[in-house]
Amino acid sequence: MSAMLLIEQALNGLQYGIMLFLMAAGLTLVFGVMGLINLAHGSLYMLGAFACAAVAAATGSFWLGLVASLAAAAAAGALIELSVIRRLYARDHLDQVLATFALILILSEGTRWLFGSFPLYLDIPAALSGPVRLPGGIDYPLYRLALIGFGLAVAAGLFLLIGRTRLGIRIRAGEADREMIAALGVDISRLYTLVFALGAALAGLAGALVGALQSVQVGMGEPVLILAFVVIVIGGIGSIRGALFGALLVGMTDTLGRALLPVAFATVLPPAEAGSVGAALASMLIYILMAGVLVIRPGGLFGRA
Amino acid sequence: MRREPLLNALILLALLAVPLAAQALDEPFLVTLATKAAILALAGVGLNLALGLGGMVSLGHAAFFGIGGYAMAVLAAPVQAYEPLMTWPMDLPGTKSMPAIWLAAMAAGALAALVIGALSLRTGGVYFIMITLAFAQMLYYFAVSWPAYGGEDGISIYVRNGFPGLDTLDPLQFFGLCLGVLLLALGAMHLIARSRFGLALDGARQNPERVAALGLRPARLKLIAFVVSGAVTALAGALFADLNRFVSPSMLHWQTSGEIMVFVILGGAGRLFGPVAGAAIFVLLEHLLGGISDYWKLFLGLALLGIVLFARGGLIGALAGRAVAHD
Repeated sequence: MSAMLLIEQALNGLQYGIMLFLMAAGLTLVFGVMGLINLAHGSLYMLGAFACAAVAAATGSFWLGLVASLAAAAAAGALIELSVIRRLYARDHLDQVLATFALILILSEGTRWLFGSFPLYLDIPAALSGPVRLPGGIDYPLYRLALIGFGLAVAAGLFLLIGRTRLGIRIRAGEADREMIAALGVDISRLYTLVFALGAALAGLAGALVGALQSVQVGMGEPVLILAFVVIVIGGIGSIRGALFGALLVGMTDTLGRALLPVAFATVLPPAEAGSVGAALASMLIYILMAGVLVIRPGGLFGRA
Repeated sequence: MRREPLLNALILLALLAVPLAAQALDEPFLVTLATKAAILALAGVGLNLALGLGGMVSLGHAAFFGIGGYAMAVLAAPVQAYEPLMTWPMDLPGTKSMPAIWLAAMAAGALAALVIGALSLRTGGVYFIMITLAFAQMLYYFAVSWPAYGGEDGISIYVRNGFPGLDTLDPLQFFGLCLGVLLLALGAMHLIARSRFGLALDGARQNPERVAALGLRPARLKLIAFVVSGAVTALAGALFADLNRFVSPSMLHWQTSGEIMVFVILGGAGRLFGPVAGAAIFVLLEHLLGGISDYWKLFLGLALLGIVLFARGGLIGALAGRAVAHD
């Protein structure tokens, strides 16, 4: 495998990791602040992708679709928080898992009912289509490069929001001591709705951005949700820094594993066998990584315990 | 509390009466539905030991269910292809005998549960949920990308495996076999819950520090329970594969994990007959609502949401009152 292909795969891994971060950030925020495990986070990802595809198809503008995905996911998140999620904060994790599993069924089937079972396609905006030549003579899709830049900008914005603003102070205070900030006069239930909607908007944005690379279909959110769980387990629950590090690690490991393992096995096995062994092992690589982290640091790399 | 045994007897009677009546009315499909309910109930019985008694919220029991299914396929596929199972390090033929397949399925399920449990129990709470889910997903992707047993398409076993003295292709006899296995498992669970081990496990769920102070090791108790739980669910997987005569990665899909958990909760977590009632309701709903609308899972979701938010304790809890505190 040439160095160029390797760099290209590394960029793909970076892009994948940054999209995973957008998912994992919302999950870890919601868990850190409200102590809630939200399986329906993947459904919000799906909603964002569908909103973007529908609006882009109706108006012809990907950018309007992107705005719609943010708005739809944030609105759906706020609505879900107000109607269902807030009844779950005092419950145990089992009830949270079941109720949010029920939400997955409702949102997935509802979306299928509205849009049908066939996947929708979302075109890459014209301004970002086509390849771009990187220094070193590598042709790389401009859209993927834009995703990396945009994702990094969102991540930086999120760090600023959490670290530098009044809302961020409240969110961190909410993680540290719920009762105390409620006693200090912060409207805790409004803060919770806001945090949930923020996480939902990030998931919806990720869904719309990735939707242009893949097809937009029901059930697209859950595989990403499970990967985001792996990211959080690796990074440590509640840690945004851990989510960023874990997401990049998972994105890189998965992409490079799929590219390199079949090649590596081909040096010791016949090609057909090397392909299947390599592919099978590559599909398990990030979970093996997670197991390794659990053995060394059960609380995650950036976890508090 | 007194009402619960009566309710259990009624559930059992219904599960027995429906297929007998169906047979008399010449409706073999209903017998198959009842068989499906019995098998899914068995999967739920397995999870109930970890979830209800051990307090381990495993969202990865599809892993064991699927491993049981694939154990059946791995053993039975060579027979239908007239090939040996393995020639190295020793000659071993495949088998079409259910008892042998069940043993292999349970051993494989127990081994997987030992590995997954040992890793997941290093942490607790919400981590446990995510990790069990992730490991099940790992096996799902492995099954999809490993071509030897059909990959994504799965593999068909054309003739149902045999059990000495029974004609397993007869729906009613196969139902009787599955029901027998379910009853044995329920009996075993009843004994486990009352044994020293079961009491210690119950204690480890409610107050691990106190159990540890008594000189017991909560983590080990939980791991043993998780292994037994995985083995029982794998047995259900082997039976389910035999019912459909087909195995595919969908048995390992995360949604299967969610559904097994739904059986347990619909019926009532920690109740002996909870999974039986839950699985029966699930199969019934699937059949009735599935006939009305393609989107029946929307209604299942709404019903589940309603139960979680407003009717904690499941069906048995609602009908028989609180017996055990479900915390």
